[in-house]
Amino acid sequence: MIEVSGLTKRFGSKVAVDDLSFSVKKGEVLGFLGPNGAGKSTTMRMVTGFLPVTAGEIKICDLSVIDDPEAAKKKIGYLPESAPLYNDMTVQGFLKFCASLRGLGGAARRSAVEAAIETCFLNSVARQSIGTLSKGYRHRTCLAQALLHDPEVLVLDEPTDGLDPNQKLEVRKLIKNLGKEKAILFSTHILEEVSAACTRAVIVDQGKIVADGTPEQLIAEGRGSLYDLFHKVTSTDNTAA
Amino acid sequence: MNTWTIFKRELTSYFTQPTAYAIVVIFGFLSTLLAFTLGNFWAIGDASLHSSFFPYHPLLLMILVPAVSMRQWSDEHATGTIELLGTWPIKIRSAILGKYFASATVWLIALALTFPMVVAVDWLGEPDMWTILSGYLGSFLVCCTFLAITSLVSAFTRDQVVALIVSVAICCVLTIVGLEQVINEVRRTGPSAALAVDTMTQIGVFSHLREASFGLIRMTSLIYFLGLIAVCLVGTNMVLKSQRA
Repeated sequence: MIEVSGLTKRFGSKVAVDDLSFSVKKGEVLGFLGPNGAGKSTTMRMVTGFLPVTAGEIKICDLSVIDDPEAAKKKIGYLPESAPLYNDMTVQGFLKFCASLRGLGGAARRSAVEAAIETCFLNSVARQSIGTLSKGYRHRTCLAQALLHDPEVLVLDEPTDGLDPNQKLEVRKLIKNLGKEKAILFSTHILEEVSAACTRAVIVDQGKIVADGTPEQLIAEGRGSLYDLFHKVTSTDNTAA
Repeated sequence: MNTWTIFKRELTSYFTQPTAYAIVVIFGFLSTLLAFTLGNFWAIGDASLHSSFFPYHPLLLMILVPAVSMRQWSDEHATGTIELLGTWPIKIRSAILGKYFASATVWLIALALTFPMVVAVDWLGEPDMWTILSGYLGSFLVCCTFLAITSLVSAFTRDQVVALIVSVAICCVLTIVGLEQVINEVRRTGPSAALAVDTMTQIGVFSHLREASFGLIRMTSLIYFLGLIAVCLVGTNMVLKSQRA
């Protein structure tokens, strides 16, 4: 469902993503781990078609993001890192707007919005202005827009960032559930989420994949500790290029 | 279809905030005030509006149009919603056109709400309504041109204030170069200034609006306005794409 090969992104002389290759099949939840500045968000922005690639190929359900971006984007639901929203809209109004842009109309739009509100526990704030929502609700509203069209592929950039422990648990459970029928790529620097939600994980550092495997394999590689493996294979700020 | 969806959202957004209401009221009030004071509406005694009403529109529009539309793209960058727009299955030009048409509609409403002037001259005299309509069309084309310029500038920067200042500066230049007082000063420098005078007349919005207010919409004026609008909107598209590269 997600096929990435030889993905490279340069910003001037800086190489943000360096010859990255990975794939995510249906029923897989791939965790994208790495320190800040490793290239996780840049990779996700290229996978979702927001940033053009310098080199490489990205295919979503066999559709090239580079050659046929509109068709590929129809298959993706994306939650950006900052969970951006239009503050002057209500939650319901925003989701209706997103559903319309996804080509849903009439009864299909109504039921998609209701289902997304239900799935993301937004019932109590559906008619509330987005500008008045707490961070947790804002995150869930942005997640809801990614689920409206029941996409085959979900790309979630730090989906639990800024949430309280209860909310983190809910979102991880949701990802695990959704992952049974979809291909999910989500980034995090919270290592507990690997075991909690992922079927596979890669560790990225300075734009390159430095570890790849199931959570059990990675923990074994770290001699029982994912933290130790993470610390071993990634650079700290004062050693980064 | 996507252009229409974005148009509806943007238009609703304008009227859920006080800015659009304030600007519409201010434009209506100031345009009428200028007509009756600087425009010498009573002294001229002419029911056509071409010398007391329409000539002051560019002076108001060069400040008010950027004030309404400065947030068009700056806001999207600042809030991060540009990332949503870039990852939804829509063409960026749909977003550009949807936003542009929504802004233009706000100004169409603002111009329409000056209808009491038309009612007044119709009561006082026997104006040619087609000439007045032509004047409104000219004003609307000036609005649309300034909107397109603001859209392009707004695409460059995340800062609304910078977008406002630069847009106002460009609209000011387009307004001032065509002012009769400025052209007369240049003309006085000598016969060699003929080319400069001609260029300034063509570049400035005033001469085109003046002819429109007399009921004359030339093909050159249409090319001028529509050409500038097209260049600015295409430029907006290119700027937004290049920012992500």
